[in-house]
Amino acid sequence: MAGGIKKFVVGCFDDEAVLFPAVKNVRRKGYKIHDVYTPFPVHGLDHAMGLRETSLHTAGFIYGITGTATALTCISWIFTKDWPLNIGGKPHFALPAWIPITFELTVLFAAVGMVLTFCYLCQLSPFVKKHHFHLRATDDLFVMVIECTDKTNDEEVQAFLTAAGASEVNVQVAETGWWLGRYDREQKLYRELEKGY
Amino acid sequence: MNQSFELPGSYKKWTMGLIIVGAVALLYGFIMYHPFGHSARGVNVSGTRFWAVLLQNSVYWLLVVNAAMFFIGVTTLAMGGWQVALRRVPEAISSVVPVLGVIAFFILMAIVWGGHDDIYPWVNEATVKSDKIINGKSGFLNPKFFTVWSAITIGLWSFLGYKMRSLSLQSDQDGPMDYETGNAWVKKNILWASLFIVFFGLTVGSTIPWLWLMSIDVHWYSTMFSWYTFASTFVAGLSLIALFIVFLKNNGQLQYVTDEHIHDIGKFMFAFSVFWAYLWFSQYMLIWYANIPEETGYFKIRVQGPYRGIFFLNLILNFGCPLLILMKKSSKRNYTLLTFMAILIIFGHWIDFWQMVMPGTMYENAQIMPFEFGIALLFIGIIMWRVGVYFSTNSLTAKNHPFLKESMIHHV
Repeated sequence: MAGGIKKFVVGCFDDEAVLFPAVKNVRRKGYKIHDVYTPFPVHGLDHAMGLRETSLHTAGFIYGITGTATALTCISWIFTKDWPLNIGGKPHFALPAWIPITFELTVLFAAVGMVLTFCYLCQLSPFVKKHHFHLRATDDLFVMVIECTDKTNDEEVQAFLTAAGASEVNVQVAETGWWLGRYDREQKLYRELEKGY
Repeated sequence: MNQSFELPGSYKKWTMGLIIVGAVALLYGFIMYHPFGHSARGVNVSGTRFWAVLLQNSVYWLLVVNAAMFFIGVTTLAMGGWQVALRRVPEAISSVVPVLGVIAFFILMAIVWGGHDDIYPWVNEATVKSDKIINGKSGFLNPKFFTVWSAITIGLWSFLGYKMRSLSLQSDQDGPMDYETGNAWVKKNILWASLFIVFFGLTVGSTIPWLWLMSIDVHWYSTMFSWYTFASTFVAGLSLIALFIVFLKNNGQLQYVTDEHIHDIGKFMFAFSVFWAYLWFSQYMLIWYANIPEETGYFKIRVQGPYRGIFFLNLILNFGCPLLILMKKSSKRNYTLLTFMAILIIFGHWIDFWQMVMPGTMYENAQIMPFEFGIALLFIGIIMWRVGVYFSTNSLTAKNHPFLKESMIHHV
């Protein structure tokens, strides 16, 4: 287990029109939003939650120029130093002929690198588990998760979420990060932990 | 909603100034360069220069302003809603087409019927008879077909563009549309836009660059040439749209155009700069690779001859700079940087057209001097004048367009 175990207040919303003002109110009140899980990408939600701009594209640029550099150094070393060949009487340093390969390696590096980085940032990977706060978040519910600190009164937060229009509110103790393992064993662990909280 | 927009005095002053400077340059060339003197290849170099510069500028600026209507056409056919808030800007730019079309037509006719075989070698009958390659192309490359097709082309660009603009302007007068009227109006737009796009493909996408530009290097041909020309003028046209949007925003107009729209126009400029580079490379690489003498002649003078500097400058200005500078989101949303890039791209593609026209007409004698810039300023002045007239006589927002709401809430 990676992130540590924390206590959360979970509020479920039926409608994104209710969700948006709720997100705004929760932030104004000063509660810490752990995350909002939605069945589909909701336009403008990242802005409402105050998330910072992703740095995925910067990573993509770096992967891209790495691909460019790899292709150019590799091809030019092979064709001028390692194994020069006379191809159609062209000069050994035949830059135009290399551009398509360079382009393809740039795209390959950028694409594969960005997919892996994306998976890492979202904590997604085969054989890796993450806690689901509500299974219907993948179907039709908008699930807002608020992280509790030592000073948070979770009953107050629950009342606040109900007032903000949540159709279902509960408290969960859960692992925040991702882990390698099986759900059935982990779930048992939670139940024990929950008693002791 | 502003019914009419009062042009700031500085805009009018700049327009007048540019036209006067351009007219002086034109007059200077007319007197000093003997444009109607003897016109064999390499004999009357300054006369050739006069016509080559006029050809380059009239064709370039005409294709650039015509690209604005292409932008409206494709977004209409794609049922795009985001651009409605700024739609009057490309409309205004496309209203310059008839003016520049007539000017370009006169210049082309003067070159072809004035027997300027220093520009178009195929207008000389003796050359056509003795030269096997030109003779083989004479069914297409002859003054009569050139004249008729150029006239039809300019006429239909103007007419179809006029139809699209008048549909848009008419919606201002008719009041808000209900579902049925809106539906019928959108369909009518689609009909005229598709006619324009089909004809645009037949002209800018294929025949017109062959006739007006590629026939300068008459022995040479490239199947990429028209696409290349199209990409060049389309990205310059988008930059021109961006410039006028920034101008209007800075004057407190276009209240529904937000950073999101500006961002999208910036993305278009970035994407089509890359598209242009793709076509540039496709044309160059295949000819370089095949290495067939009748094809490489075109690049010989450009890459290894006196045009070497311009050839690579072209690539840096039109590919390197947009790629690196416009890549970041923040630079597409920054008015100052976007204005700078738009001017750079328009200038870069002007240089691109310069290196299309000059090597085949001027050989090693080509120049970029005050005369060349003066003629460019004349055309910029004409564009500013005509666009200014459109802005000050029409509402700047297509307020009854059925997609206006979609454009107002546009969010990337």
